[in-house]
Amino acid sequence: MKLNDLLSHQSEWLKDTGPNSNIVISSRIRLARNLEKIPFPHWANQSQSEQSLGQVVKTTQKVNFLKGATVFNLSELDNIDKQFLVERHLMSYEHTQKPDHKAVIVDNEEIVSIMVNEEDHLRMQVMQSGFNIFEAWSIINEIDDALAKELNFAFLLEWGYLTACPTNTGTGMRGSVMLHLPALVMTRAIDRVLAAIAKLSFTTRGLYGEGTQAMGNFFQISNQVSLGLSEDDIVTNINGLIRQVIDQENQARETMLSKNKALLEDRVNRSLGILKSAHIISSQETIELLSMVRLGYDLGMVKNIERSRINELFIITQPAHLQKLESKKLSSQERDVKRAEIVRSKLNI
Amino acid sequence: MLCDICHKNPATVHLTEIVDNQMTELHLCEECAQAKSAQMEQQFGLSDLLAGMAEFSKPQKEAQDLNAKCSNCGLTYTDFRKIGRLGCGECYTSFRKYLAPLLKRIHGSNQHLGKSPLKISRVIKKKMDLQELRNRLKTAIETEAFEEAAKIRDKIKEIERKANEPRTL
Repeated sequence: MKLNDLLSHQSEWLKDTGPNSNIVISSRIRLARNLEKIPFPHWANQSQSEQSLGQVVKTTQKVNFLKGATVFNLSELDNIDKQFLVERHLMSYEHTQKPDHKAVIVDNEEIVSIMVNEEDHLRMQVMQSGFNIFEAWSIINEIDDALAKELNFAFLLEWGYLTACPTNTGTGMRGSVMLHLPALVMTRAIDRVLAAIAKLSFTTRGLYGEGTQAMGNFFQISNQVSLGLSEDDIVTNINGLIRQVIDQENQARETMLSKNKALLEDRVNRSLGILKSAHIISSQETIELLSMVRLGYDLGMVKNIERSRINELFIITQPAHLQKLESKKLSSQERDVKRAEIVRSKLNI
Repeated sequence: MLCDICHKNPATVHLTEIVDNQMTELHLCEECAQAKSAQMEQQFGLSDLLAGMAEFSKPQKEAQDLNAKCSNCGLTYTDFRKIGRLGCGECYTSFRKYLAPLLKRIHGSNQHLGKSPLKISRVIKKKMDLQELRNRLKTAIETEAFEEAAKIRDKIKEIERKANEPRTL
């Protein structure tokens, strides 16, 4: 698979096939693992980094789930390519910095990705569409077992998997669920919900993880504690918490429908109107308007546009995706024009 | 009032700092204040938070061995406090006494309850089997079931012999 092949491919997690996909975009589990004895990436010298990269890449080729997977060496990618992989949630922004001896391994369905030599030697993730955290865990658990047959992971019985940062020690596990919560935001109940989540040692972030703002009513909720709980406990806790957030969002949607249907219909259709006719549009405005259209679809106010198409637009209107689609570098102004063009063509059908 | 740092420009920014329970007031000009705030920002990151947490648990007497190095990767505990990242898996053993309380502060626990790599699981299982057999041997001897005891003893010897062979995977 070449990087450009991804452009015409819809990531599994955007397909809108999973449970509760009206509110839950995707469920993701990541595991942090390190090789015994070899210094962690930030502390390793060049030959040690080469060694960890070589070992991991060689081993992943033997794992059933990753047989057809593609290895992208970060040092061989230009800035747009790197940004493109970040926009598809296949790797973190941090991974694009200092690209030497770093790689990301991606399977053809874009379900599994493994960052090599990010903060830890291995950061593997499995992404599923909708509310499907158990399935994500079962897949990644299998991959982890297969890799552990060939690689010796740094591990202590007492403290579990050893990671560069002690905040990940233990299971090395972070489960994240991406939610679309427009009604909780509009009814101003979101702060109360987020405060309750924080009290339970869970964190909330924006669309692109650590350090990003909540945009377009998207929130990523993940566990913080990785030691002292089993993986099953962590997954079960996330599942229980997210179920409640879904209930809250559903209730808020019903309240708005019963009290303010006309206002809601107005906002949804104005948003759709702008998206269908604008000739210059920023990334931020696109995301915010698409959020309203998505809600409109969920409530039966928008027809003829399936949700997977709306999901796709969130991704392909991002800066690197636009530039890949045009096969050239675009200035910010040029991107705003191109973005509006793509949105119009996808929505006027 | 003139700036406390450069003593040239008039002080327009007033800063109160608390260091070691001592409150100090700084009166700075725009330029020096910017330099100072850049310096503070640079200083205060995740590594400082972690280091701050680690600080609590630092036994006073042992301050001198903060410069002890991890024998595998050469990182010192002082390095860890500076960068907030450990150097390798062995650091966890090298700096065990500092990390045990730190992990507890971060996670509320310092006992791993999750999965183990399969290879290690097998080792644990063998150890547990061995313990179980020793218990059974004890019971057999106590109840004078000597024939049974002999069988168990042979089994224990067999397992111990295998465990001492060079490891093959």
